[in-house]
Amino acid sequence: MLIKPCLFLLVLLQLSGCSTLEPWVKPYERAHLADPVMKFQRDPVSSAYMTHVYQAREGARGAEGGGGGGCGCN
Amino acid sequence: MPVAPKAAVVAAVAVTRALVVVLLCVCLPSRAGVLPDDRADALYHSYDGGDVEITGPSVLILKKIGQNVALSGNYYVDSISSASIDVVTSGASKYSEDRTELSAGVDYMHGNSIMSLSYTNSDEDDYEGNTASFGVKMDMFGNMTTVSLGYAYGWDTVKNNTDSTFSEDIDRQNYRLGLSQVLSKDLVMELDLETITDEGFLNNPYRSVRYLDPGSALGYSFQSEVYPSTRTSNAAAIRSIYYLPYRASVSAEYRFFDDTWDITAHNIKLAYVHTLPGGWLLEGRYRYYTQTAADFYSDLFPFRDAQNFLARDKELSKFHSNTVGATVSYDFIENGSKYIDRGSINLSYDHIMFDYDDFRDIRNTAVTAGTEPLYDFTSDVVQVFLSIWF
Amino acid sequence: MNEILRIPLHTMITALAVIILLSNDVSAGIEQTSAPDFTLKSVDGRNLRLSEYRGEVVLINFWASWCGPCRQEMPILSDLHERYKSLGFTVLGINVEEDSTDARRLLGKMPVSFPVLLDNTSSVSKQYDVVAMPSTVLVDRNGNMRYLHKGYKPGLEEQYLRQVRELIRE
Repeated sequence: MLIKPCLFLLVLLQLSGCSTLEPWVKPYERAHLADPVMKFQRDPVSSAYMTHVYQAREGARGAEGGGGGGCGCN
Repeated sequence: MPVAPKAAVVAAVAVTRALVVVLLCVCLPSRAGVLPDDRADALYHSYDGGDVEITGPSVLILKKIGQNVALSGNYYVDSISSASIDVVTSGASKYSEDRTELSAGVDYMHGNSIMSLSYTNSDEDDYEGNTASFGVKMDMFGNMTTVSLGYAYGWDTVKNNTDSTFSEDIDRQNYRLGLSQVLSKDLVMELDLETITDEGFLNNPYRSVRYLDPGSALGYSFQSEVYPSTRTSNAAAIRSIYYLPYRASVSAEYRFFDDTWDITAHNIKLAYVHTLPGGWLLEGRYRYYTQTAADFYSDLFPFRDAQNFLARDKELSKFHSNTVGATVSYDFIENGSKYIDRGSINLSYDHIMFDYDDFRDIRNTAVTAGTEPLYDFTSDVVQVFLSIWF
Repeated sequence: MNEILRIPLHTMITALAVIILLSNDVSAGIEQTSAPDFTLKSVDGRNLRLSEYRGEVVLINFWASWCGPCRQEMPILSDLHERYKSLGFTVLGINVEEDSTDARRLLGKMPVSFPVLLDNTSSVSKQYDVVAMPSTVLVDRNGNMRYLHKGYKPGLEEQYLRQVRELIRE
């Protein structure tokens, strides 16, 4: 029973002293990724509307996206 | 909760739990995330197909307050005018209706994550929908990876225009998990999982099913549809987008869906985006969708009360659809003025072709019941919108 | 692994939330190492060399036009440059984009008081091992790197002010 909190503590300690995994795309290489053509959903109003058009007429729903990545800035 | 849906919910919780474990065991480099740029969008939408016309506005405003908080609001209306096959074959006449939807949301940025809360209310004569949602989005691994978790709770009220005493409820829960990964300086991939559970009055109070009835003039008669009171669905989607060296991109998406009503669906989407000097952006897209029928669906039941659950909603039938579409966008403010950073006007058109494999066009009453032609129709979807970033 | 999986989900999510809330900027003092020398062309065509600034405190800022926080930070750095340049301080902006068109356009709209250099081949970014955008390195009068800031969050300028004043007084 003691192992549970111990493991937890171990994980927390690891976080404070851990070294980061080196990103293989450097921030100065992210120009393309920041371009609007690389967004899955450039226009949220339009994407939301089309999702609604399909959801209202199809049996399927969910996982339509909208949780995209950041710009690479900090 | 019934046994079958509970298994799916347990699975969703297990996946979420596993992900949280992964997050706790890896490094969380403490770097700030970024709130989206302030923007305002005004869109006019128009749907025309299957003898249904729906038009209306959608307005969105997204504004940062201070450095860590962003507020958003959306106003959306569907003005519906419908003489669809469902309306006409149920003996009703063309009807008009307005559905108004309002949402408000707040995003809070702390460190490398953004927490979001939102509430949406949609209102029409005979249906009121409410949804409250909570989400967390975290950037990790030098902002190469973004993980998002979301939970939403919905509560709807279903009414009946022909019966003022009728009022039923639906409770809904959404569990969402998303992972976005930068694979190279030109390639991004995204994975999305979503489980939705519904409980309550899930059918339409106006819709009927038909069954063979030799005694009736048409050869068939109608009775009200009967749906199960629960439904659990799972969707998993994978999408990727690749940068082409001349400021263009190509993307592909696949989504798999299945639920406890025995519907299985697949859809794929392909898109190509091309930019031209002077602030022009063009997109061409194709989407293919296919689904199997719910296990309680039939276009024509053999007799009255043939099953515990009965449905003849074409949305639950076996069908497929193809969509081809294009968008043209023009940045009319490229260099930015004092108040506006960027502005674009956009025109988008989608042509959707629906083909039903087991839903017949019963407006045709001259033939024997069950031999009517299979139904199909096309829709034209147009969007015109203006976006401003400030 | 089984033990971990048996921890209730709500506990784990709470722990995760706590860790997220406790996380803060990585802004560290670094061991005194010599700032790598470099020569880059500035936006007005001149060649500028870091070693020419020996004797002055230099704040090197790596930025890109597509990076929101970088754009936010620029006016602040411009003010800092104006304020302390007479005391032997200079800000050197280094744009890391392969194509400088967007950077020039941004500077046209939002001019800054400090020299902006163009690192089109990312050679200096690699020399300085830039892992965050923006990145700011403070170099003392002897050419040693003393402070490193990864990223920009509003309020960081307080630290810049403190550290610049400290290095100027040396």
